Amino acid sequence: MDGTNSLRNGPDEHGRFGLYGGRFVAETLMPLILDLEKEYRAAKVDPEYQAQIKDLATHYTGRPSPLYYAERLSKHLGGAKVWFKREELNHTGSHKINNCLGQILLAKRMGKTRIIAETGAGQHGVATATVCAKFDLPCTIFMGATDVERQMPNVLRMKMLGAEVRPVTAGAGTLKDAMNEALRDWVTNVENTYYLIGTAAGPHPYPEMVRDFQSVIGTELKEQFRELEGKLPDAVVACVGGGSNAIGTFHAFLDDPEVAIYGAEAGGHGIDIENGHAASMTGGRPGVLHGNRTYLLQDKDGQILEGHSISAGLDYPGVGPEHSYLHDTKRVTYVPITDNEALEAFQLCTKMEGIIPALESAHGLAQVIKLAPKMGKDQSVVLCLSGRGDKDVESVGKYLGLLK
Amino acid sequence: MTTRIDRAFAAAKAANRPAFVTYLMGGDPDLATSQAILNALPQAGADVIELGLPFSDPMADGVVIQMAGQRALKAGQTLLGVLGMVEEFRRKDENTPIVLMGYYNPIYSFGVDKFLATAKEAGVDGLIIVDLPAEEDNELCIPALKAGINFIRLTTPTTDDKRLPVVLENTSGFVYYVSMTGITGAAIKSRSAVGEAVSRIKTHTDLPVAVGFGIKTAEDAAEIGKHADGIVVGTVLVDAVAKTLVDGKATDKTVSAVRELVADIAAGVKRARA
Ligand SMILES: Cc1ncc(COP(=O)(O)O)c(C=O)c1O
Repeated sequence: MDGTNSLRNGPDEHGRFGLYGGRFVAETLMPLILDLEKEYRAAKVDPEYQAQIKDLATHYTGRPSPLYYAERLSKHLGGAKVWFKREELNHTGSHKINNCLGQILLAKRMGKTRIIAETGAGQHGVATATVCAKFDLPCTIFMGATDVERQMPNVLRMKMLGAEVRPVTAGAGTLKDAMNEALRDWVTNVENTYYLIGTAAGPHPYPEMVRDFQSVIGTELKEQFRELEGKLPDAVVACVGGGSNAIGTFHAFLDDPEVAIYGAEAGGHGIDIENGHAASMTGGRPGVLHGNRTYLLQDKDGQILEGHSISAGLDYPGVGPEHSYLHDTKRVTYVPITDNEALEAFQLCTKMEGIIPALESAHGLAQVIKLAPKMGKDQSVVLCLSGRGDKDVESVGKYLGLLK
Repeated sequence: MTTRIDRAFAAAKAANRPAFVTYLMGGDPDLATSQAILNALPQAGADVIELGLPFSDPMADGVVIQMAGQRALKAGQTLLGVLGMVEEFRRKDENTPIVLMGYYNPIYSFGVDKFLATAKEAGVDGLIIVDLPAEEDNELCIPALKAGINFIRLTTPTTDDKRLPVVLENTSGFVYYVSMTGITGAAIKSRSAVGEAVSRIKTHTDLPVAVGFGIKTAEDAAEIGKHADGIVVGTVLVDAVAKTLVDGKATDKTVSAVRELVADIAAGVKRARA
């Protein structure tokens, strides 16, 4: 399917996916955002740029990432065959590198000499620090002070890679606050600085751009699955923070109605607890923050809530605008997964498959665990295993009482 | 039809000085104190008042105004509460224009039409909404103009001659030139560059041009005020509030500290062209 009925045509020329998206930024940033869009349009059709991305994907990231049949887990769940799209095997340990490589090449094209980024779990910070090391650009990473604590291994990695890590103490010291601070830096240093946003959110053209860079996940997956099984999977699942690994996984399947699509949001302590979760679509309503209109956790007066998730990478009160659109159109089913469900999935995956997943990815897996037993043995569900859990072993160890 | 904003700038011009625009955060540190500050501003020398709408995530503000917003929110301030302050102010002052300054989400959440009607009724003259650039004019700018409320746009050092017409197209009341690329509370890098920028903007519009961000003292006001039709002072006034607080609470010095600082800077404004 293509053309007018396709769900894959967004955004429109105003950067909108239906009601969502847009360019809600201060005037200082507006000229730069228009420039970026122009540069991206040019790069998108530049064979040399595309060839560079392809080459780096193969030789630096290690793509294509394998599609793995999780046999023990499938048997244990007793229903559908469970598959992992193994983004955790990418260089730097998550899907974040796909986006960082695309954007750093753009920054270079634009002649920018300094990179800034926000990070939650630190995976995007690490991926950014990595490409900055490779491309010899100084970088500053903004990270909430709470997240600096709970993702210490990644903080150390960033520092060793040469990045400056700035802890942000405002608010609850999580991803939202890091993003505010990155935007403040950007407004101040707009002349020379490129803001390398880590998820499919923010002002247009970021949601589109990041989606395009991450779409390699779903495109590869589709082809790999067809080769192995000769058909389409029955369901695909990904966790949703800002939504970059999810949109990257989903995009190739949006126009295949026979494929069910699930996004796992952070249900934290439970969706009924105000400020106790980070499920912006299940528990929020449309609003405007960080450059785009999208589903947001907010109080009745339009003040943004901090939210909560055990997983730093999902602990964000918003979501990328394309997800809001896919939620309204019901093409994708978004479900909340609690901290405890994610912890259980984390342990199950580790023990049964010998793969330690990131806590973010464990949210997706928890949804697979619910889904697979209800599906037939001839059916298949594919999880985007967005990242590895090395960064989480200390936090999880504390939760499980293995560390004091 | 002339508006309060038109008249305020015209009166300052007639007195051969720039208009003095003062900012305060609506509801900082509490509603009663903030109301008292607001009510005292005209007498202290303010020609136009910017009243801040507190927001949880003020992306364009430095730490001083961030903290003020948090104090206001903690004290229970809401959008409706700020509109109530304007209504109360208007009982005694029919002349001093009030411009609400803030971010879009609380307004969007409240409902644009309902907000504009309530704001007009309360006596609001203009809006400065930081995260609504010209590209998003259909959201609030156009409806505000229809409701008879000015939409004042920020222009910045990154707004070049090619873009200025886009930015100015639906701007009314006055033009707010942001003196630097940066957040509120930072320092002006070059005063002469500001003067040049104001002249450049004036070749594109007949609206008065006020300059804000980084004006901290009577001397700054006198210097920048040579070229600008208005000067905006915010962070130092908010900081004056903060410095009088004890355990985050207002003291008997809070209102007078702001009043005295406004009077002091107003003197600088008056000698700008003397
Ligand atoms: C491994 C992993 N998965 C998922 C996410 C969530 O981000 P997104 O929703 O953009 O994929 C993160 C963010 O830090 C992450 O580290």
